[in-house]
Amino acid sequence: MSEKQDNQLSRREFLSGSTAAAGLAVAPGVFLTLTAQAKPAGQPVSSENRWGMLIDSNKCANGCTSCVSACEQENGWGSANPTENKSSPEQKAQWIRKVTLRDKETGHVQSLPLMCQHCEHPPCVDVCPTGASFKRADGIVLVDKHICIGCRYCMMACPYKARSFIHEDLQDQLPHAPRGKGTVESCTLCVHRVDRDSDKAVPACAEACNSEGHRAMVFGDLKDPDSEISRELKNYGGEQIRADLGLNTGIRYRGI
Amino acid sequence: MKPVMHYSEIEGRSTGYYGLLALLGAIIAIALAATYHMEHSGHWVTGMNNQVVWGIPHVFAVFLIVAASGALNVASISSVFGKTAYKPLARLSGLLAIALLVGGLAVLVLDLGRPDRLIVAMTYYNFKSIFAWNIFLYTGFMVIVGVYLWMMMERRMNQYSKQVGMVAFIWRLALTTGTGSIFGFLVARQAYDSALLAPMFIVMSFSFGLAIFLLVLMASYRWTERPLGDAMVQRLKNLLGVFVAGVLYFVIVYHLTNLYSTRLHGVERFFLLEGGIYTQLFWFGQILIGSLVPLFLLYHPRLGKSRTMIGLASVLVILGGLVQMYVILIGGQAYPLVLFPGKEVIEGGFFEGSVATYNPSLWEFLLGIGGLAFALLMVAIAVKVLRFLPNNLDDAHVDHHHGAEKAS
Ligand code: SF4
Ligand code: SF4
Repeated sequence: MSEKQDNQLSRREFLSGSTAAAGLAVAPGVFLTLTAQAKPAGQPVSSENRWGMLIDSNKCANGCTSCVSACEQENGWGSANPTENKSSPEQKAQWIRKVTLRDKETGHVQSLPLMCQHCEHPPCVDVCPTGASFKRADGIVLVDKHICIGCRYCMMACPYKARSFIHEDLQDQLPHAPRGKGTVESCTLCVHRVDRDSDKAVPACAEACNSEGHRAMVFGDLKDPDSEISRELKNYGGEQIRADLGLNTGIRYRGI
Repeated sequence: MKPVMHYSEIEGRSTGYYGLLALLGAIIAIALAATYHMEHSGHWVTGMNNQVVWGIPHVFAVFLIVAASGALNVASISSVFGKTAYKPLARLSGLLAIALLVGGLAVLVLDLGRPDRLIVAMTYYNFKSIFAWNIFLYTGFMVIVGVYLWMMMERRMNQYSKQVGMVAFIWRLALTTGTGSIFGFLVARQAYDSALLAPMFIVMSFSFGLAIFLLVLMASYRWTERPLGDAMVQRLKNLLGVFVAGVLYFVIVYHLTNLYSTRLHGVERFFLLEGGIYTQLFWFGQILIGSLVPLFLLYHPRLGKSRTMIGLASVLVILGGLVQMYVILIGGQAYPLVLFPGKEVIEGGFFEGSVATYNPSLWEFLLGIGGLAFALLMVAIAVKVLRFLPNNLDDAHVDHHHGAEKAS
């Protein structure tokens, strides 16, 4: 159900705003034309890949929020979209956030970024009545803003509180990240970058972390045994948050 | 001689009747205005947020949907369980079931982020989603109960009404299970982590549905000055008592089983002891006002005979039911998700690890109450156009009727 065949995919990708040019009504009367980078022909989204990220909490610096700011800039939310100004802090969108933890036994303090975990068995996809919440063949979980009815069942189902509902009209949206009042959104794993650069892609958060010199986030293809992320996981392992739920998340952590 | 039960439309020309329609209409108009405000501005004007995503409208919607299937109970008791004494009430029971369901669904739809996309919801289905299944369960329920009503009201079809009544009964069990399962599927939310939720919803539906039924019955007979004997009222009130006790029993078992598993101690502590508003609502709203006081009123040897007290008990059951929905629904969301067992969250960008806040707005209440008013308006109009209500439900009639059919 959730894994789309390639021929169907062209449409879903298109709707999720990742390829081709599409007209999209983002608000009554406001028409947004998508001119995002088309994926090179002959390179369909494929189940040969599974995109994921390995986050090393030991390298993640307490107090640093570069990944969050970079995501805001890249996708036009938070501080990068001043038109979302009526919503309370509890209502504002939050694609990625920093969490600081203290171990109850040892007192060890650590921090890590938390976003959509791009589950292999995503509860948000299972519960969505219309199929707006969907998983691409390459493992990226997205919301199709055209058929999301804003029921928010996916938000109830997500164990990581990774999704946000848009509580007001928004302007100044970015072409590759359309956002609409009354629909739900979450981290796209920078799908526009993935579709453009494939295995050379680096999501905005990881890029920022690298340029800060922390190098806590490694993005890559979990199905390619030679990718950096696969080698790291093979050699040093990695954990999932709430692994007990059996969702097989695409985002892995180390040091939690 | 076997007395025949006669049904007729109510006259519906009194000032009182038009006054009632006007009142309900006004409440609905206000609810629509509130909806327009919420949809036009966006949900930022509500108390809902990204932590508590379902608010007061869902409390009302789920309550009405659950009560709808329970309202059908009276009809089921007569057709499925062969208790003919309830037969004269079967039509009203079916009518109320449809009306409450439509009212609840209307609230649910109007609270969507994009209610304008209702057509999308009806044309795109994800068959894995329990929500999508519920759409079928709800439409199916309306069709089946509609057919059931037709079988009962059309003399030539009477013979089939028992079979259709059976189908309706099974369907209503599926429907309530489906509604309860909406929460059962939320694996990560500890408050909903219980196999008892679905059966508890069924017992809740019996109780809430019957409370509404009793009130509608007593009010309509009083306002139309048709005779309604104590035999019928007493029978229904005893049944209500049993159902209220049943809900209480399930609530106790639910919390005891949760207390049994260490994993859920945190969430139990939250609901029963430290949850602030949710704890207060639980003990005072749900248990005291919604269960113990009604039980006292219903079973008191003297008070239990007074219609006013029975009516009061029914109102309290309804209020207690709404509170119970609030505690389950909102409390369940407010309780923080456990992401890192063994670790405490000392700082988080998104209200991590702390109880989420929810301050319901007036608009949300107005929408929810509008759903109830809409259901009642449908009933008020339907009993004027079609023959739902028996002319006479006095003791002689009801008992005689009962006895005669028993003998035959
Ligand atoms: S983390 Fe949440 S939003 Fe992301 S795929 Fe999993 S369930 Fe869905
Ligand atoms: S809010 Fe949108 S994406 Fe989420 S479950 Fe509802 S329709 Fe699907």
